[in-house]
Amino acid sequence: MSYFLEALHCIFVLRYKAKVMDKVNCYHCGDDCDSTIIHFEEKTFCCNGCKTVFEIFSTNDLSCYYDLQQAPGATPKEVSGKYNFLENPTIAERLLEFDDGKTQVITLYIPHIHCSSCIWILENLHKLNPAVISSQVNFGKKTARISFSSKDLTLKDLVLQLNKIGYEPYISLEDYAVEKKDVNRTLIYKLGVAGFAFGNIMFLSFPEYFEVNEYWLDQYKYVFRWLMFTFSLPVVFYSGNDYFLSAYKGLRSKLLNIDVPIALGISVLFIRSTFEIIFDLGTGFFDSLSGLVFFLLLGRFFQQKTYSFLSFERDYKSYFPIAVTKIHTDKKEESIQVYDIKKGDRLLIRNEELIPVDGILISGKAFIDYSFVTGESDPSEKESGEKLFAGGKQLSGIIEMEALKSVEQSYLTRLWSNSVFEKDKASTFKTLIDSISKRFTIAVLTIASLSAFFWILYDQSKALNVFTAVLIIACPCAIALASPFTLGNLLRILGKKKFYLKDASVIEQLSKIDTIVFDKTGTITTSKVNAIEYEGIPFSEKEAVLLKSTLRASNHPLSRQLYNLLSPHNILTLDEYKEHLGKGLEARIDQQEIKIGAADFVQNSKVKESTSTAVHVSTNDNYKGQFIFHNVYREGLSDLFKTLNEENELAILSGDNEGEKEYLKQVLPADTSFYFNRKPADKLDYIKSLQQQGKKVMMIGDGLNDAGALAQSDVGIAISEDINVFSPACDAIMDASKFRFLSQYINVSKKAIKIIKWSFLLSLLYNLSGLYFAVTGQLEPVIAAILMPLSSISVVVFTTIATNVLGRKLS
Amino acid sequence: MSVIYVLLTISIIVAVVFFIAFIFSVKSGQYDDAYTPSIRMLFEDELVKTKKDKIVSNSQEKQS
Repeated sequence: MSYFLEALHCIFVLRYKAKVMDKVNCYHCGDDCDSTIIHFEEKTFCCNGCKTVFEIFSTNDLSCYYDLQQAPGATPKEVSGKYNFLENPTIAERLLEFDDGKTQVITLYIPHIHCSSCIWILENLHKLNPAVISSQVNFGKKTARISFSSKDLTLKDLVLQLNKIGYEPYISLEDYAVEKKDVNRTLIYKLGVAGFAFGNIMFLSFPEYFEVNEYWLDQYKYVFRWLMFTFSLPVVFYSGNDYFLSAYKGLRSKLLNIDVPIALGISVLFIRSTFEIIFDLGTGFFDSLSGLVFFLLLGRFFQQKTYSFLSFERDYKSYFPIAVTKIHTDKKEESIQVYDIKKGDRLLIRNEELIPVDGILISGKAFIDYSFVTGESDPSEKESGEKLFAGGKQLSGIIEMEALKSVEQSYLTRLWSNSVFEKDKASTFKTLIDSISKRFTIAVLTIASLSAFFWILYDQSKALNVFTAVLIIACPCAIALASPFTLGNLLRILGKKKFYLKDASVIEQLSKIDTIVFDKTGTITTSKVNAIEYEGIPFSEKEAVLLKSTLRASNHPLSRQLYNLLSPHNILTLDEYKEHLGKGLEARIDQQEIKIGAADFVQNSKVKESTSTAVHVSTNDNYKGQFIFHNVYREGLSDLFKTLNEENELAILSGDNEGEKEYLKQVLPADTSFYFNRKPADKLDYIKSLQQQGKKVMMIGDGLNDAGALAQSDVGIAISEDINVFSPACDAIMDASKFRFLSQYINVSKKAIKIIKWSFLLSLLYNLSGLYFAVTGQLEPVIAAILMPLSSISVVVFTTIATNVLGRKLS
Repeated sequence: MSVIYVLLTISIIVAVVFFIAFIFSVKSGQYDDAYTPSIRMLFEDELVKTKKDKIVSNSQEKQS
């Protein structure tokens, strides 16, 4: 009876849904409640997991969680045994930040942290579990630092507790290998020192700006001057030391970079000012000196926008688990660190776990998703005795395997020994500033020498004065600021549009691109939705119900996908159900039988050989038809390619088979090149060969298999459905929903370079007017003190306004 | 000694004190996370829910 009522209710809800066209969303996670709706305390939930989290929160008086943000939660995942390795003391010790036997502190990376509710609930963990002493969230980094008393709560239980409320931490091999890094705060210190000195020197130099020949001023000005000198010491020798270092490095590699004239300007300012106060010739330029350094550092600080929750330097370590379960000969299970895996070890891989080493499948039903490694989207089925490669993800049930290699020697991990991953792209790239600064430096030195030469003939006493004055006034402060402020601001604007760049230099690289290479699977296709097409005799109502009910019982990934896409039906209890490993499903209700699975399993010899994945169905031994799984291409793909094709060469470089080639040829511009069945190393070599032809290559990919190509390319963009999920090492990470705006982003970066050039012109105007004072020998400290900040500020204002105008046009 | 020296010394001492305070605040990690504290300060109201606290203690009594 109750079953009947529930079914009736279900039908009613579905009808209601269809009528109102308003979807019921889960109160906890906000997902659509498609197949099942659970009602609890007048709220709707999409699954039992979400309901349980709600129960936990409401019984602990933490339901405020739902008031701060609507539907903030995540569905807790099944993790049985996944965290057993945390019981291993050596692993736990590596992860813990602090441990005195009583209290333990750990910082956990929790990808789900995304809103104020998350902060609130995680910082109130002690209410859920009294053993937690305190917890502090870093929202930017998506980490929680939790201290807990180890007597009452083990590390494993803490992690399980977090998982129970939907905040599963992500623990990977990377956490194990990397020593805890110190945060680099040097720039803030330097900026602080420069700002402190700048402000104080400004105060102290104020009286002399007006040159009131007053008895009081004349008497004390020496004290003021020496105080200014003292304040300027840390500015020159601490805050400004980067510029000297960089100029020295540049000169040694015979490169006149922008830091050369800056370093020259700083040292001339300092030396001349010191001379002036020693010989009582004037006040010196300490105010301009400290102001210059302060503004320059400010520019650096502004450019240094980092997305701390993203990482652009990931390698396989951040995908790999920290430990696996090893099975000893006496059947005992033990968690061991993956680096300790030796050839011949028996390993247990659970559902959804990653295979850490190459090996041979011993027993169990292996259904491996290699999309990370090869780009092939369809999971492949393996039988015992077959080879398994590291990086594959087991999708159904538990398997046992024997390791053939160690972690470092496995197929996938060897890719990282390629020298591409050690090269620093930024250092080999010649920026716009670099090319301008060479001419600029030469020009400045020429003007300075010429005017000095003129004054030697005319009035020798002024020659040195003029020479130094030219170097001071021509110090390219505004030029040096133009680029960081333009690029830094654009970096922020693009970040808001969900296009995250590693650093500002990527924008310059982007503007030079002439060849774009796309990966196929996951890049131009979406991994979220799979289109399923049915070919064959239509199902009767009874058969449709049977099909859906049968699929529901199976955990096979294809069954799950098919189940979610089929229209809702009543779920009936099956009288008989059988799953045949690697073949398909068989089920019966009353007299109706159904077979779902591979072509030979459902007894059909007529089926054409096809490259796409298909699931065949027969009822009562009558062949009905097949469901064909298609890749779904991203929205606006064809338009994007058309726009990009105007200025760039395009190519598709896929690890997948040629199944979709004909379709792609129709949709994409005619001169797009296609390459299929490429291994990761082939992709890297292809990019390299393009670069050897003098092309600037942009690679867009998503998986670990693209990692080499992304690193080799001039700009490597990783595309990601969910920014929190890891993407391979790259220069930029793009939210998948923004894929079709790629051409706009390239355009914007081209325009940004133009803005920089305009602001160069602007600052040159200031320099020229300053040069007039310098060459004629009339440069007073007060003129320098006005001109320098004025030129800097106007350049900053110009670039900020211009980039914001650019940003407004972006969609 | 002229009063100007006294004033100068005092003003510089004050400036240096603030400078040192700045250095310490950077060192303690105050500038590492500039976003979370801005949200955290809004939470206080939810934390002091006296009525709810009673329910917590009640339910704990029941359990024990």
